Amino acid sequence: MHKVYRRIEQIAGNVVMLEAEGVANGELAELTTPRGTSLAQVIRLDGKRAYLQVFAGSRGIPTDAQVRFLGHPMEVSFSDALLGRVFDGSGSPRDKGPRLGGDQIAIGGPSVNPAKRIIPKNMVRTGIPMIDIFNSLVESQKLPIFSVAGEPYNPLLARIALQAEVDVIVLGGMGLKHDDYLFFRDTLEESGALSRSVLFIHTAADPTVECLMVPDICLAVAEQFALQDKRVLVLLTDMTNFADSLKEISITMEQIPSNRGYPGDLYSRLAARYEKAVDFEGAGSITVLAVTTMPGDDVTHPVPDNTGYITEGQFYLRNGRIEPFGSLSRLKQFVNGKTRGDHRTIMDTMIQLYAGYRETLEKQAMGFRMSDWDRKLLKYGQQFEGRMMDLSVNIPLEKALDLGWEILADSFTPEETGIPSKITDSFWPKKSAADEPKEEEEEEEEAAATA
Amino acid sequence: MSENIGKVVGVNGNLLQVAFENPVIQNEVAFARTGDLRLKAEVIRIRGRVAELQVFEDTAGVKVGDPVEFTGDLLAVQLGPGLLGKVYDGLQNPLIDLAEQCGFFLQRGTYLPPLEADSKWAFTPVAKAGDVLTAGETLGTVPEGIFDHRIMVPFSFLGKFEVISVVAEGEYRADATIATLRDAKGNEREVTMLQRWPVKLPITAYAERLRPTEPLVTKVRIVDTFFPVARGGTYCIPGPFGAGKTVLQQVTSRHADVDVVIIAACGERAGEVVETLREFPELTDPRTGRSLMERTLIICNTSSMPVAAREASVYTGVTLAEYYRQMGLSVLLLADSTSRWAQALREMSGRLEEIPGEEAFPAYLESVIASFYERGGVVRLKDGSLGSVTIGGTVSPAGGNFEEPVTQSTLKVVGAFHGLSRERSDARRYPAIDPLDSWSKYGSVVDADDLRAARTILVNGNDVGQMMKVVGEEGTSLEDFVLYLKSEFIDAVYLQQDAFHAVDGATDAERQKFVFGRLVSGLNQSLGFDDKTQARSFFQRLTRTVRDWNRAAMDSDEFKQIEDTIKKMVTEVATYA
Repeated sequence: MHKVYRRIEQIAGNVVMLEAEGVANGELAELTTPRGTSLAQVIRLDGKRAYLQVFAGSRGIPTDAQVRFLGHPMEVSFSDALLGRVFDGSGSPRDKGPRLGGDQIAIGGPSVNPAKRIIPKNMVRTGIPMIDIFNSLVESQKLPIFSVAGEPYNPLLARIALQAEVDVIVLGGMGLKHDDYLFFRDTLEESGALSRSVLFIHTAADPTVECLMVPDICLAVAEQFALQDKRVLVLLTDMTNFADSLKEISITMEQIPSNRGYPGDLYSRLAARYEKAVDFEGAGSITVLAVTTMPGDDVTHPVPDNTGYITEGQFYLRNGRIEPFGSLSRLKQFVNGKTRGDHRTIMDTMIQLYAGYRETLEKQAMGFRMSDWDRKLLKYGQQFEGRMMDLSVNIPLEKALDLGWEILADSFTPEETGIPSKITDSFWPKKSAADEPKEEEEEEEEAAATA
Repeated sequence: MSENIGKVVGVNGNLLQVAFENPVIQNEVAFARTGDLRLKAEVIRIRGRVAELQVFEDTAGVKVGDPVEFTGDLLAVQLGPGLLGKVYDGLQNPLIDLAEQCGFFLQRGTYLPPLEADSKWAFTPVAKAGDVLTAGETLGTVPEGIFDHRIMVPFSFLGKFEVISVVAEGEYRADATIATLRDAKGNEREVTMLQRWPVKLPITAYAERLRPTEPLVTKVRIVDTFFPVARGGTYCIPGPFGAGKTVLQQVTSRHADVDVVIIAACGERAGEVVETLREFPELTDPRTGRSLMERTLIICNTSSMPVAAREASVYTGVTLAEYYRQMGLSVLLLADSTSRWAQALREMSGRLEEIPGEEAFPAYLESVIASFYERGGVVRLKDGSLGSVTIGGTVSPAGGNFEEPVTQSTLKVVGAFHGLSRERSDARRYPAIDPLDSWSKYGSVVDADDLRAARTILVNGNDVGQMMKVVGEEGTSLEDFVLYLKSEFIDAVYLQQDAFHAVDGATDAERQKFVFGRLVSGLNQSLGFDDKTQARSFFQRLTRTVRDWNRAAMDSDEFKQIEDTIKKMVTEVATYA
């Protein structure tokens, strides 16, 4: 039987220290106080002293609390019965369902051997043209959504979850508002997707330490599903809260902070989680989409900055739209060459011209005369924003590409786009005689209005 | 087995405090035993009777009182035939063999031999009995892929050695004795095809170090023409995330005109290594017609793999590069990214509670970076042949701000700086090397006068562009406007390059010389236009045509046709005053 200790020497932040023997680094303990029982994890050993991070927080812990070491690291039970269930950050049920038995799996397991990974090859279609055309999401990709608080990132996440063709959805909420948690649960339930989802939710009201556990638990569960040949989509919201919890713990542990109070190993800590995204050779895959809110819309803040270096691209959500500049899917070239011959051309050209449009907008704002070329760009930019960038646009990739050509042909001649002639010859829309005159009239009116 | 055993007294992340009794060596390798596992570690500080060890693995489960074996050896790599084509982690564990043994995951505490001792190699002797040799001189060769792999007097042998015997031509195991040598004191030593060398010490078994002068062609136009790299030189690519550092490195690893490429993926994404891993065996090296993998060696310690091994990985990479340099080959080491390695230093320094320098990086950061890049160079070997190690390192500055310690320390020691800019990558102008901020101290592949002319156009055109943002197009003279269009034109058709296009993706030196010469001579003519609209539309058409030209193979009819079209287009607007 495990020995029980009853003398805590130090309590600082959420970390308690006691003298104990035979304790292993990373081992789990149960801490019982008159108010209840919480789990705690060994995070440092120094001679006889063991430092434990208490999941439920240290508030109300007496120095004679009962501490019992369990002899194993943090584990979570895994079985198919997880599907449709909601848990909290320490793995206890948050819905009214029973506690689960089944296999116990360790969380935060070893990293995948790069030799066992394969080059991702499947596109995850979302029906959002700004993703599908310009920055295709790819199975096994890890991608954050950079956003300011207040942007509709959770609805976007939910929409991708529902439309993406995957077998299992694992949702991890960190510091989630209770309303948002209910929003996710209800949205998944209404669409019937809850039966293939598992939710691990830490709400803003829960103890900080549990927030740290959420990504590891989610990814450990996802890994097990993926090894059973399932395609898993992991949604994490919001990773900035996770990083802030790390900061809190490391400062409590008196570590030297590196940048704005964050620990020096922030990069490695984030990477260890994101790198769980994988396409296994001969088994399933894990795709990770994570929200990172940017404090003060500052992408150089340590959390988005380190994240950007780890993930395979990023989506910027700004003013309710996915920004074409800065947004990037690093894996897109693995899939967008196999969709349709004009995919890459449309992708590059539309963005280059849109950049021109932005410059022209600046010129316009400064009161410069608009040249013919400027007017063309202005017309194009407005069409692009209205018909393509709007998040409510929900069309399959092929339709979106056709729409792209339509928008280009409305504003430019083939030469002006700079697209190689071989491609314009076969894809440039041939205007049907019937509706041409009417459209032209409208455009002229618009052009006149802007001039 | 070593009998020097210590005892764990503290665990803090991957830092162990170990009490010891017998002498220990700074930077020696030790193994922490916990349960059935043996975790590799390195001594990094000694205080009184307590040694502090950084463990190259996760330390979960380690208990106070666990035994630690000190080995007495510094962290070393194994050198010998069969390295090329291999994929190692930062500690030279063969990852493909590990996958066979352990499956999907990297189980900690599992270490496999880097080279198969029982592999057989066809040995041809070069030295003969009675020869007097020193470290690094050739005893014989074995064929390894496209190269003659030299079996040398081990680099650790100090002084002169007389060859007593060398085995005859034939097949031998890698671990079989192939020669017996006698040192000045009369001690006999047996030599196999394998030897070990500590990674943190440079291999210096050469005659002299030379100045790098010959250009190393990467087939990236903006690099070779504007910011060239020399064989044996060093360069760095700092850039914010998403600016294309890794794509640039990957393109270079494919097309660079060198014998051996060593890719040290240090603390970056696993997916990127996988690309190389899966694609290279399928690709052919245009120089040799063989698989690209035969000239490539991958060291990969990706971001989720243990942090302490990250530091080891760049040293492992450069040591292996030096080994192949000793065979008279030109080797390119691509390290992606040196910032991750610096961060690993920072993490460790924090755990050691050292007084932090700028941004909490340790104070010795600068000297560590300098001594790493100094391992690049061209050398004349003892047999007179030349070998080189070229080092290209990416830097990932926090927030994309080049004023941070890692970028600044690196810029002090490298010979070329390819600064990637967020502005260019946002505008999809790839490769996003900033043509105005970057620099190189090495010689270009194109004509120096042409280069000067093009630079002037770029700089002045950019000035006009900046001015135009303030005064508008109507406030700009036609002459200035044309200059601006010219600079945009050079940018669009020469600086930008489609890395994924078969022809455009790789432009060799000859083509660069030819195309660049043509473009500059065209732009040097004075071009007459009636107004800005005409000028703009002319350059739009010209840009498009030259882009088509870039996509045509140089020996094709199409290339010739487009060249004529371009000539005609320019002649039509040229004014001969």
